[in-house]
Amino acid sequence: MNDIRLINCEEALQRLFDYLDHELDETRHAEMEQHLKICRGCYSRVEFEKRLKVKLSGAGAEKPATEFEQRIRKLIGNF
Amino acid sequence: MDNGATNPAGGTGESDRAFFEREIVGLLDNLYGAALRLARNRADAEDLVAEAVAKAWAHFGALHDRGCFRAWIFRILTNTFFSECRRTRTLSLEEMTEHDDDPAPEAFSLFEQLHQPFLLWWSNPEEEFLNKVLRADLERVLDALPEAFRIVVILSDLEGFNYQEIAGMLDVPVGTVRSRLSRGRALLQKMLWEQARDHGLTAPDTAARNTKSIGQA
Repeated sequence: MNDIRLINCEEALQRLFDYLDHELDETRHAEMEQHLKICRGCYSRVEFEKRLKVKLSGAGAEKPATEFEQRIRKLIGNF
Repeated sequence: MDNGATNPAGGTGESDRAFFEREIVGLLDNLYGAALRLARNRADAEDLVAEAVAKAWAHFGALHDRGCFRAWIFRILTNTFFSECRRTRTLSLEEMTEHDDDPAPEAFSLFEQLHQPFLLWWSNPEEEFLNKVLRADLERVLDALPEAFRIVVILSDLEGFNYQEIAGMLDVPVGTVRSRLSRGRALLQKMLWEQARDHGLTAPDTAARNTKSIGQA
């Protein structure tokens, strides 16, 4: 359970996006979290990337025109 | 009560279709949002979604786990986009894979750029940047990314799929997804930085300081 080792900034940066994308296994995730508790520089970087990611995700959904929604409903209705 | 609708799986038409419609309508903003970023214009995005929905219904019988509907319909959407690109713009397999064997590029970090010495007078540059960057700015740089990178960034950062799901959608190994995503994000940040710098978005008089810094370097 307590196989968590201390990682340095270089390792933390290598794991940065896997961490943000929830792609790290439990141990590596915990090591990253531990590093972020003690390193202000990496913490700031992670917070910045997180917020940029949130901004980007805002471009992932767009309300289509009501006519288009009707077109899709009609299409499905004809199946 | 039944208009005789059947589905390709030969199920009880009505309930399958009701499920299908509910899922599609629930996902429509995301399907359309992703299609808009893929196709880059409204008319093509609408056609892309409509074609994907028709194809999805035609293959609905092949969907064994309904819990996977979201990843399944996005896979159909991206494949429909690829087919359309090949047909109209001759997007080749080479274009999709041409960067996969490149050596790892120098990682570009917007965060580090915002912390260059000439900007340090400015109290919180990343906060300022995040507050000033507009959705239109993000859309512009997304649209400018090379195809292979654009698709993984859309599926990951915009639609929230994990690497395994994206690998399944694109029929590539997870390592390829990770690598394309990393390059795509670096390029996106580089373009955002250049855009911000060119439009003076980084600070009121950054341009003058910037020129001086570059000149002195």
